[in-house]
Amino acid sequence: SSAAMAALRGRALLAPLGARLRAGPRAPFRSAASNPPLYDVVVSGGGMVGSAMAAVLGHDIHFHDKKIALLEAGPRKEYDHMPDSYSNRVSSISPGSATLLSSCGAWDHVCSLRLKPFRRMQVWDACSEAMIVFEKDDLDDMGYIVENDVIMSALTKQLDAVADRVEVFYRSKAVGYTWPLPSHGCDTSPWVQVELADGRRLQTKLLIGADGHNSMVRKEAEIKNIEHQYDQSAVVATLHLSEATDNNVAWQRFLPTGPIALLPLSDTASSLVWSTSHDHASELLAMDEESFVDSINSAFWSNINHSDFIDTAGAMFRSAISLLKPSGTAVRQLPPSVAEVDAGSRAMFPLGLGHATEYVRPRVALIGDAAHRVHPLAGQGVNLGFGDIACLAHHLSAAAFNGSDLGSLKHLLKFETERQRHNVSLLAATDVLKRLYSTTLAPLVLLRTWGLQATNALPPVKVRI
Amino acid sequence: QLSLFRFTVKRPFSTSHSSVDSKEIKKFQLLAHKWWDEEGEYAALHSMNDIRVPFIRDTLLSMSSNYNLGNPLSGIKILDVGCGGGLLSEPLGRLGASVTGIDPVEDNIRTADRHKSFDPVLAERIQYKSSSLEEIVEESMETFDVIVASEVVEHVADLEMFIKCCSQVLKPEGSLFITTINKTQLSYVLGIVVAEKIMGIVPEGTHEWEKFVPPEELERLLESNGFSVRSVKGMLYNPLSGSWSWVQSRSLNYALHAVRAGAPPRPHATDTLPETGVQQRSATAGTAG
Repeated sequence: SSAAMAALRGRALLAPLGARLRAGPRAPFRSAASNPPLYDVVVSGGGMVGSAMAAVLGHDIHFHDKKIALLEAGPRKEYDHMPDSYSNRVSSISPGSATLLSSCGAWDHVCSLRLKPFRRMQVWDACSEAMIVFEKDDLDDMGYIVENDVIMSALTKQLDAVADRVEVFYRSKAVGYTWPLPSHGCDTSPWVQVELADGRRLQTKLLIGADGHNSMVRKEAEIKNIEHQYDQSAVVATLHLSEATDNNVAWQRFLPTGPIALLPLSDTASSLVWSTSHDHASELLAMDEESFVDSINSAFWSNINHSDFIDTAGAMFRSAISLLKPSGTAVRQLPPSVAEVDAGSRAMFPLGLGHATEYVRPRVALIGDAAHRVHPLAGQGVNLGFGDIACLAHHLSAAAFNGSDLGSLKHLLKFETERQRHNVSLLAATDVLKRLYSTTLAPLVLLRTWGLQATNALPPVKVRI
Repeated sequence: QLSLFRFTVKRPFSTSHSSVDSKEIKKFQLLAHKWWDEEGEYAALHSMNDIRVPFIRDTLLSMSSNYNLGNPLSGIKILDVGCGGGLLSEPLGRLGASVTGIDPVEDNIRTADRHKSFDPVLAERIQYKSSSLEEIVEESMETFDVIVASEVVEHVADLEMFIKCCSQVLKPEGSLFITTINKTQLSYVLGIVVAEKIMGIVPEGTHEWEKFVPPEELERLLESNGFSVRSVKGMLYNPLSGSWSWVQSRSLNYALHAVRAGAPPRPHATDTLPETGVQQRSATAGTAG
């Protein structure tokens, strides 16, 4: 009855971690005979982050005897061979993410399929000459541009390798979750109940929500999400360069309408990520291929947004820096020019910012876009998700080796603290950058020009980034 | 939590075995349903798992040649004396051990049974019994590889009898793990006054300072009853962080690991017998086993 439910809710709220123990619909008492199968961990969402989470846990030695389930709404995709043409959805994979993928054996598969390491990243402003170059001193790779399909193929292989521990449910969308009451209600199931679209039910000791920025796990858990729709969409496409080149540099130019980035795929091909207004994005998709290519080249090469004032101020600042630090400014390279676009490779998707106020509840954890959604300008999106996985897997592994209840809030909170500390600052910085670069107003342009130049000249700040 | 209950007046020539003190029973009965609230009255015991489980696990792993990190305690039979609601039995069960948990308070056993029933793996690996230690001695001679008596010996009236019983149900070379509280001025101030009366870390009246056991006395009793004490480590609870840590000092809480000696060498033997697990029984062993 609703009165009883209200009473239960009230009692739960009085508990020390009141907000976290707020219960949803009560798990019905089940007789032993009708008990749905019990898993140690259920990962909801079979994208790159969900699949990687399941694969990493499946390969963890302390999870040897555990049962893990991965729920994916879509069908199983066969990746027997990669098509010759590149997919238009690519990700910039940091060395840290590569290490994580290595730990579950997936990185080897990625390397044997295809990927493009890049050594250098050049970021510059459309309104001034200000530029910053990121480069690792030791000539190591800064990162890798990998098609999302390649990563999925590698992860699927590694999931198959631990099929005795990890059960993947394809075409299985979760339609409902039921949360357990606080632990002293002894008569009802302490596990999370999951209901699938086809009526099947699962129980789990820990539910990991990896179901994207519209996460159902997050919504059902009533975790507050701070979100903001940018008035921007990202246009992606696969491009062919005018001439073959070493192509080991990632380029990004901040236009007033949004950043345009060229990510290397091979010596002759690059992937486009152009964040711009919704209207402009639709135009770009609609125009013929020649005009599209012209727009891209113009975006990278045109100086139309420069003003004499800014140019002079920028030049003055640069001379000032070179007095103090003669080697302060790096060599400016010229981005490649684009010759054609792959037919049918143009697509667009809306951009937004999101951050869940809590990443965990008893028996629930959020990772990836379910926990945080970021603008692609920093190329960080999936790397944040992989970082979440590395942290959560570390804590779960230790908990398993201690014989702990995997859904216990104690270690889940450690994960939340570590990752929120890391993610919030990056999200905030990315958001600030996005707003700072969305304007042609002179004072702000000057500010960011000087800021960028100064950052370029200062090694400690660059290394941190 | 509690294992033996005795009349508080010691009767040196009494032949009565444990009879349970109903006052102590009532005390723990009231809290029988609070065991599994991680933030409730037993919060400190829950977080003690973070150091006592690794202590037991790593000690046993270092003593065995069979290193299976996926299931570190598989094949090991453990007796959890004074298991309460099963707070320590469950992690040991999850690590692969076969656990028998005993506690004289029936409500505790009921809580423990109910809690494990939802997890089929634990339900199979752990068996609970409402009983005192002496009551199972006869049917469990030299049955267990390991005994854990965590936060128990400070509630026991006849510690020597308790240790003798442990020795009888342990296999030769078996391990005994004890965690308990030292009997010092500090433990009175912090362990009773602060912990119980002021901060409520432990439910009031749980402990009697008179029954606290200094490690030196525990060691002496163990050594004179066929045990060899391998390590004694100090433990400290931080009420602000709610977590335990290992410390140099044993003036408050401490943990101890002892090993039951293998069969003693024959009195007039001219050659020494090797100390392996499979040996002749001692004369008092009886027919069980």
